[in-house]
Amino acid sequence: MLNPKLKLNPKIFNADCEQVPIRKGFGEGLLRAGELDKNVVALCADLTESTQMIFFKEKFPERFVEIGVAEQNLATVASGMAAMGKISFISSYAMFSPGRNWEQIRTTIAYNDRKVVVVGSHGGISVGADGGTHQALEDIALMRVIPNMDVVSPCDSIEAKKATLALGTSKRPAYLRLARDKTPIITTEETPFALGKAEIYWLPEVGLAQVGIIATGSLMHRALLAAKELESGEESQRIKTKVMNLSGIKPIDKNAIITLARETKRIVTVEEHQVAGGMGSAVAEILAQNFPVPIEFIGVQDKFGQSGTPDELVEHYGMGVQFVKEAVKKVLGRK
Amino acid sequence: MLLTEEKIKELEIKANEIRKSIIEMLLVAGSGHTAGPLGMADIFTLFYFHILKLDPKKPDWEERDRLVLSNGHICPVLYATMAHAGYFPLEELKTLRKFGTRLQGHPHREYLPYLETSSGPLGLGLSQATGMALADRMDGKDKDRFIYCFMSDGEHDEGNTWEAIMLAGKNKLRNLIAVVDRNNIQIDGFTENIMPLEPLVDKWRAFNWHVVEVGGHDFRTLNEAVEEAQAIYEKPTVIISHNIPGKGVHEFERDYKWHGKPPNKEEAKMALHELRTLGGKIRSEHQ
Repeated sequence: MLNPKLKLNPKIFNADCEQVPIRKGFGEGLLRAGELDKNVVALCADLTESTQMIFFKEKFPERFVEIGVAEQNLATVASGMAAMGKISFISSYAMFSPGRNWEQIRTTIAYNDRKVVVVGSHGGISVGADGGTHQALEDIALMRVIPNMDVVSPCDSIEAKKATLALGTSKRPAYLRLARDKTPIITTEETPFALGKAEIYWLPEVGLAQVGIIATGSLMHRALLAAKELESGEESQRIKTKVMNLSGIKPIDKNAIITLARETKRIVTVEEHQVAGGMGSAVAEILAQNFPVPIEFIGVQDKFGQSGTPDELVEHYGMGVQFVKEAVKKVLGRK
Repeated sequence: MLLTEEKIKELEIKANEIRKSIIEMLLVAGSGHTAGPLGMADIFTLFYFHILKLDPKKPDWEERDRLVLSNGHICPVLYATMAHAGYFPLEELKTLRKFGTRLQGHPHREYLPYLETSSGPLGLGLSQATGMALADRMDGKDKDRFIYCFMSDGEHDEGNTWEAIMLAGKNKLRNLIAVVDRNNIQIDGFTENIMPLEPLVDKWRAFNWHVVEVGGHDFRTLNEAVEEAQAIYEKPTVIISHNIPGKGVHEFERDYKWHGKPPNKEEAKMALHELRTLGGKIRSEHQ
């Protein structure tokens, strides 16, 4: 069942569940962050509308900088502004920022410890029709390996807004990973959110869970659907799971992950990212050292994407509900 | 700012001291760059002892001018100048590139907080300086201080440099002044053989910058160039300074082989002798 303490969206499994792009929450959060602190500035590389920076730009044109199609400059100019006390948000498609400008982010933002939030608006395969050049499947790995750099991957638009506001007041450089396509609203304004704190969104009504599913970002809803389906049907076939929303990939909620693994002894990770180096790898690093258990990884298996609808692509690359369910069954059979 | 004959003499002596420090620290370090630091010694001296609004006793003074060193590999001249200006003891220069030092092989502001930025990877300084100048303009502080960026000619090969030049030109950042160390050398050879930059003046002008050309070793004309840059109101200014790499040590001058290596013991001895006698102008080596 959905964790009743977290005040999640009661319509989450309904056909009429509202769907909003995760990036929209960033746009709203940035506007609010700008209202709360006059030091918040926004820089964009010719994608103001699709990255949703447009709300901020319209309200605070004097605090908005149009960089042009120049992502290396986007990162470095933002670092310079942060050096003068600004809280700089930079946005582009994740493939270009942090894809194109990784070294600039490492040297001038993280190495310098400057308050810049790198916002990658089109993370994952669900970018869709634009095709493989525009589908960032490596961005979480690229960012989480950099010292000083926090990484957050919200599961819906409401969480994205909260994450944006939290990152606007934290002192550290950060990467905020967003998705382009509309996805179901999972949380509510009342759902708790704190940087680096993971929450269990789904849990068995009674007894212990047999498998722990850890999901991040836009696949969270599919992870919850899989959990619900696994607990329905014939009683003898039912599998009890817990589903964790791991939006905070760095800092990571180590204790919550170990606690989950202790209970379930088996883990499935779910993310719209290469299996190598992403959130699943971060989970594996923790469990290998602290509480080794069998893990199955849902994600892209060392492949580039292609054009298609988000649903087609998620299925083709093995990240749909059925794949999550199969991974749960597979990990249950492992010793 | 007015530069008197007396002050020029003072700066000449100071620059010579800084050059000696550069040779001494590179010898102890056993690695590092020689030509660039010697070539920029006069400009660093002019800025730290005449131009910049700064207070070495209060390095984080909010109202200070900002100086971004983009080509971090010439940091021996930055460290030596800062030490001579009183930011830290001269003795510390001997720790250059050693384990635990504040004077990292390329500058890192986590280790030496007096730095405006870390640097080393080329092509990143001008855009950070552009960001600083933009922030100051947003805050209405662009009339109170200048943002300077020292950069190399070789790093014009980097696309990021031109992205910054375009953006600063677009935004007419009058509070931004770049100083290009036009010494014509980079690691693999002469710039015009590796990747021709000329006509460099025309290129900057085409990107809506005001351009001043100057020789890099005459304090009077250098000071005039900075005064002109400060007076330009509608554009950012670049001072393209024609510098002699290795300046001050005849053996090292104009030879790209000295770009990325330190002097050995014999070479350092020769260099220090030349600097102590000001190229033979002074007979006694006693200081």
